[in-house]
Amino acid sequence: MKDSMKVRDIIHENISNKKNKLDKVMPMFFLVMASISVVTTIGILLTLVIDASKFFAAVPIKEIFSTDLAPLNANPSFGILPLINGTLFTTVIAILVAVPIGLSAAVYLSQFASEKVRKLLKPIIEVLAGIPTIVYGFFAYSFVTPLLMKLIPSLGAKNVLSPGIVMGIMIIPMVTSLSEDSMNSVPEIMKEGAYGLGSTKLEVALKVVIPGAISGILSSIVLSISRAIGETMIVTIASGSSKNFTFDITQSMQTMTGYIVEFTSGDAASGTTGYYSLYAVGLLLFIFTLGMNMLAQYISHKYREEY
Amino acid sequence: MNYESQFIKDNKTERKYEFKSNYKIEIDEKRITRRIKLSKVSRYIFSLSLVFALLVLVILLYRIGVDSIGWLNINFLTGKLSIFPEKAGIFSVIMGSVYLTLIVIPVTLILGVSTAIYLEEYASNGKIKKIINTNISNLASVPSVIFGLLGLTVFSRMLNLGSSILAGGLTLSLLVLPIIVVSSQESIKAVPGFLKEASLAMGATKWTTLRKVVLPVALPGILTGSILSISRAIGETAPLVVLGIPTLILTTPNSIFDDFTALPIQIYYWTLDTVLTPEYANLAAATIVVLLGVLFIMNSAAIIIRNKFQKKF
Repeated sequence: MKDSMKVRDIIHENISNKKNKLDKVMPMFFLVMASISVVTTIGILLTLVIDASKFFAAVPIKEIFSTDLAPLNANPSFGILPLINGTLFTTVIAILVAVPIGLSAAVYLSQFASEKVRKLLKPIIEVLAGIPTIVYGFFAYSFVTPLLMKLIPSLGAKNVLSPGIVMGIMIIPMVTSLSEDSMNSVPEIMKEGAYGLGSTKLEVALKVVIPGAISGILSSIVLSISRAIGETMIVTIASGSSKNFTFDITQSMQTMTGYIVEFTSGDAASGTTGYYSLYAVGLLLFIFTLGMNMLAQYISHKYREEY
Repeated sequence: MNYESQFIKDNKTERKYEFKSNYKIEIDEKRITRRIKLSKVSRYIFSLSLVFALLVLVILLYRIGVDSIGWLNINFLTGKLSIFPEKAGIFSVIMGSVYLTLIVIPVTLILGVSTAIYLEEYASNGKIKKIINTNISNLASVPSVIFGLLGLTVFSRMLNLGSSILAGGLTLSLLVLPIIVVSSQESIKAVPGFLKEASLAMGATKWTTLRKVVLPVALPGILTGSILSISRAIGETAPLVVLGIPTLILTTPNSIFDDFTALPIQIYYWTLDTVLTPEYANLAAATIVVLLGVLFIMNSAAIIIRNKFQKKF
């Protein structure tokens, strides 16, 4: 735009500009683009529901809720319990690792650490969050499992313990950053009040900060459960593909995500019951994680302390 | 903290403080000392968690570094894939990841930034805005393997793209869409209202204002968000494996309709096959070094852009 132009000219030019058509077209374009995210969700739901319903039509309910899973046999059976069992065990182990460590890191960062230490330590936690899951899978299989084997001789080369622990490490950053955010949002005046009454730092952390941030802490835990259920590569690599129904965490179990990966990277012919079983497992996985996500939202709305 | 230590030094015995009123206040100094000590000890216990995290990070990087020594060299980077570990190179793997990125960048940028612009600038109707926002946050929680199933059904089978680069790229684009939408929304929101109002007061239309004022100001934030989402796409494995990428591809892809392999997939297959050939673990480690190197460079770029070009108002 020329400097010598008068404001009136600029306004005139803007109004008479032929490009004004763009003003009518662009909002429509943006709306169409924005609706693609909704279309994606609908697409996910439709693909899962349509193909899963073919599975449910072909396999009797009694078989689905059995512990017998052998999709590639000549006479295949599709019991889902071994997969749910595997997912449950890896998730529980991961949560047992992630929640105590993640929460105490959050308490330390928000209560005890000086600003300098905080600035130094937070990036480390964030780096852990940025490492791709396949790298954690490699780490679990080639380092953590051999290490655990020295401690527990009966441990199998593929087992549930090692991917569970590594998955927990992967989730630590999520627990820490979400709960630290909500701990930091506890008003300073409440903490000062407690200090004024003679509380120590620990007492302020346990009796003021954590209760005040409980909605954020709980929803961070629920979100990390959802993350652990949906995590794929670590468990696929380190936990193996045994479809046995067992409670022994030193043995291999298959998770729901592991089943999907194993079956698609094999030769799953389209149109077989085995192929549709993928979508049934996928649908179950989708329902679990969506349910957890909604629960987290509900918790953070319901139990939020308004300051 | 000083008063606390003072207290421990000076008062070992129980004392009674008498006031002029009828009330007597008893101070159990042993208990106070205990509480203060407990608080001090707990500080170290809590800090152990961060020591643990740091330790894991160091061990992880150290192990991968050690495993890749001797394997990561120029022949490995420029050579062709091979079933013999000594001859294997990952040039075609790197090219696969590059091609994937070339699809993910334009698709996520156009989709993600448009969605963010619509939500922040045009969506006057609260209902549509709420639906899209809720949808984005739910989409972000969907496991990546489910996106693989979506890609398998829609892109690979319905659109007949097979396990091509295009199918993989589109699947990954949808996967990282929520990340770029949310970060672009934040940076558009951060553009000060007075800039927009000044532009509108000059008679500029909404689109002109958006193009010449809002987007240039929001650009560093949008770029940072898109680099982060693309680096997520580069490291993502599960959806690509679900698309059925063949195990061993020895050729370098020439177009986006070719079959391909990418860095994370190659790591996956080599890790799985270490049972057969132990040296594959070294190849996997060397590939991980390349992958982490790429991610490190991208994330550093994102941080530099954020710190250097972000304007403060």
